[in-house]
Amino acid sequence: MSAVQHISPARRFKDRLAGGLVYLAFAIAVVPLVAVLWMVIQHGVARLDLEFLTHSMRNIGARDAGGGAYHAILGTLEQVALSSLISVPVGLLTAIYLVEYGRGGQLSRAISFFVDVMTGIPSVVSGLFILAFWILALGMPFSGFAGALALSILMMPTVVRSAEEMLRLVPNDLREAAYALGVPKWRTIVKVVLPTAFTGIATGIMLAVARVAGETAPLLLTVFFTDSINEDPFNGPQMGLPLYVFDQAARPTDVAVDRAWAGALTLILIVMLLNLAARFIGWWRSPARNR
Amino acid sequence: MAKQITVSGLDAYYGSHKAIEDVSMTIEPASITAFIGPSGCGKSTFLRTLNRMHEVIPGARVQGKVMLDGQDLYAGDIEPVSVRRMIGMVFQRPNPFPTMSIYENVAAGLRLNGRQAKSKTDDVVERSLRGANLWNEVKDRLNKPGAGLSGGQQQRLCIARAIAVQPDVLLMDEPCSALDPISTLAIEDLMVELKSEFTIVIVTHNMQQAARVSDRTAFFNLAGQGQPGKVIEMDETSRIFTNPSEKATEDYITGRFG
Repeated sequence: MSAVQHISPARRFKDRLAGGLVYLAFAIAVVPLVAVLWMVIQHGVARLDLEFLTHSMRNIGARDAGGGAYHAILGTLEQVALSSLISVPVGLLTAIYLVEYGRGGQLSRAISFFVDVMTGIPSVVSGLFILAFWILALGMPFSGFAGALALSILMMPTVVRSAEEMLRLVPNDLREAAYALGVPKWRTIVKVVLPTAFTGIATGIMLAVARVAGETAPLLLTVFFTDSINEDPFNGPQMGLPLYVFDQAARPTDVAVDRAWAGALTLILIVMLLNLAARFIGWWRSPARNR
Repeated sequence: MAKQITVSGLDAYYGSHKAIEDVSMTIEPASITAFIGPSGCGKSTFLRTLNRMHEVIPGARVQGKVMLDGQDLYAGDIEPVSVRRMIGMVFQRPNPFPTMSIYENVAAGLRLNGRQAKSKTDDVVERSLRGANLWNEVKDRLNKPGAGLSGGQQQRLCIARAIAVQPDVLLMDEPCSALDPISTLAIEDLMVELKSEFTIVIVTHNMQQAARVSDRTAFFNLAGQGQPGKVIEMDETSRIFTNPSEKATEDYITGRFG
């Protein structure tokens, strides 16, 4: 029989060491995040004013101060909204098929494989594809919509993967409970499975949005550039915040570089606001609110 | 209204594995029928064939006949969804819908099937919750989430949800195995009350429970690992527990195996 033992000094030391390493790793991981935020805020606030948010770069000379990113903010919002409009329904339906109907059959395995392949497409390639197909082959103009098409190629696999994971987390008990009440399968999915997975799916979609909102390369090839406000995403070049940052940062004057920082800060703020909105909707919908 | 179920020559499969073989029995209306037997002998599988829930599992299929008051539930043109509306089910683990309130949970069967008239729904919810002996405990918090109730209350909520759609038959798959003795007693009392309106079938591992609540008992067993389960004996509960005709039944209920 062995007696109850004290923790040996060696074990205590190892515990401390492992704990310390974990904290160190955490700190190292957070450094870039904090550093990026710090830099962007520090340099960005200078020009993040009402003029910046409400004016375009039209008639702003090469060395002039002033001007703003209204055209780019508008462009980014429209492009991201359009690409979400394309990729969220398609992605969500694909995920529903994979989880609820595919049952690991041949078709669902093929879809899974191609979704994985799509995840790996470099963003510039999706831009090139839309440039070659939509603009050069079909003769469509540069437009925000062409950019949205390129972005939706990047967004779709992310939406499928995250929605699929969330749907798989919904306990089978709930599906069976609904079936046992005589609820048809499609209604069970719409009324029970999707609401249960709603918060997770919304978070996944927001992450996908955040990812594409910062894409520059596909926009360069499809949306082109403009310094003016173009409200119509289906016709003519638009601007986007990443493009704006890219464009301004390349200019040789300090005022332009300041505008680039402010643009970057605006982009971060937009993504953050969208995330907060998704969190809020998730909280508002969750049953925990009523408890 | 309570209906009679007649099963003849029923086999159930999971893929190529035969889980139960050649089950035939009559389940009397407005009574409680208990299924007992060792784990893995196919009691739950058989229960799930009665309302066509078995085939929900990928690869699962059924051969044989299940008649509900003379209507073949496995005839080619029968809609499984409509079968499940007539034959409700309560599961082993309480499974209220987490996104819905207590009220919405009970109304789920009506609402999800599209029938909605607020005042009528209110009546059904109250009647079902009273029927499940839960009304007094929850009437002041109908809008709180169902998942916030205790385990026993959740299970009674699930029973209320099942009886709200007015089924003819209520299937219960070990409804008390996750509950404490007090909640178990509450649900057993409830079953006895409900049997005037519904045909109740209960799977249980608790032989005292079968003896306490059921009118008739079926004993399931399997010849060995990987063999299909079969009904060894079915009779009046009092007879099964005092004077079974099969040796295996006696061995099981006296605790000699299983």
